[in-house]
Amino acid sequence: MKKIKNDGSFYLNPYLGGVILGTVLLLSFYISGRGLGASGAVKNTVAATVNVIAPQHVEKSAYYSQFAGGDKEPMSNWLVYEVLGVLAGAFISGIVFNRLKLKVEHSPKITSRRRLLFALAGGLVFGFGAQLARGCTSGAALSGMAVLSFGGYITMVAIFGTAFVVAWILRKNWI
Amino acid sequence: MIGPIISSGIVSPAWDNIFAVLLGMGFGFALESSGFSSSRKIIGTFFGYDFVVVKVFFTAAIVASMGLLYLSYFGLVDYSLLYIQPTFLTSAIVGGIIMGIGFSMGGFCPGTSLCAAAVGRIDGLVFFGGMFIGVFLFSESFSLFENMFYSGSQGAKMINEAFGISPELFTFFLVLAAVGMFFGAAWVQKKVKKVEY
Repeated sequence: MKKIKNDGSFYLNPYLGGVILGTVLLLSFYISGRGLGASGAVKNTVAATVNVIAPQHVEKSAYYSQFAGGDKEPMSNWLVYEVLGVLAGAFISGIVFNRLKLKVEHSPKITSRRRLLFALAGGLVFGFGAQLARGCTSGAALSGMAVLSFGGYITMVAIFGTAFVVAWILRKNWI
Repeated sequence: MIGPIISSGIVSPAWDNIFAVLLGMGFGFALESSGFSSSRKIIGTFFGYDFVVVKVFFTAAIVASMGLLYLSYFGLVDYSLLYIQPTFLTSAIVGGIIMGIGFSMGGFCPGTSLCAAAVGRIDGLVFFGGMFIGVFLFSESFSLFENMFYSGSQGAKMINEAFGISPELFTFFLVLAAVGMFFGAAWVQKKVKKVEY
């Protein structure tokens, strides 16, 4: 562990962080037989919300009806509980490593407003893509890689390959 | 105890959601403490000034895949009971490309945006909020993408099968590739001008 910020916050050595993350992922498969995820909880929340507002619409939808409606309980789902844990775990880490602070993080060359607009649009695009690919960087790529899923590897390469190109196109936002 | 301990009935399924919270806490802690609550640290991988994503992601992948193969070898886990992400080739590629665009625009992925929000990063919270809109738009327009969603189905195909080698041999090559990337990352990082963030 080394001090790398002058505000006193600490980051773990990335390899140690990777071993911890890999061990948690391994335990997840050992205990529950499945990997970790993130976007699935958003999907279930959206399906549950639409189901409250327009249950008939959910019943007719070939997508929502897979997760909500009938006797399905989209909010009492493994991924939803897991994501609540993520929030708590990250918060605890923020306390331990002195990083709790309300702020918009952005390059000094752009405004907070521009950063937030791109964050919103990025979230929208990512959320859309995660549905198409049946999972995000955690659920499809990382958890897929742990069990050597072919699709998991394909998704990982597609995400990082595209992000690399697009990051350079949008480099004025970052560096 | 032969895992997965819930699916094989050793531990009551009632515990599954409790474990979900605990595993999620470990996941969130690992991500945040490694620096994944900072979009500029994450995006550093693409500009060569900080390779934390490559280091953490591939270390985790090799630890988990080697760990599962060892547990399976010693008879401690029944591999056939593990959930293996099914492969739908078209949607895996197109979805991945769309996610890559969102990644570079927002600087987060879903899990890391949640970690950022948990430590007070407003950009993380906004990204996470944006996901709800994206998921809603996909769900509402599902009929347009339904064909693509189900096309290229190959079942729970494993990557070692695609290469015609054993899971162990594939994982060995994965470890070699990861170690090679770690050295490559260290080399690039030395050459690239430091970015303050």
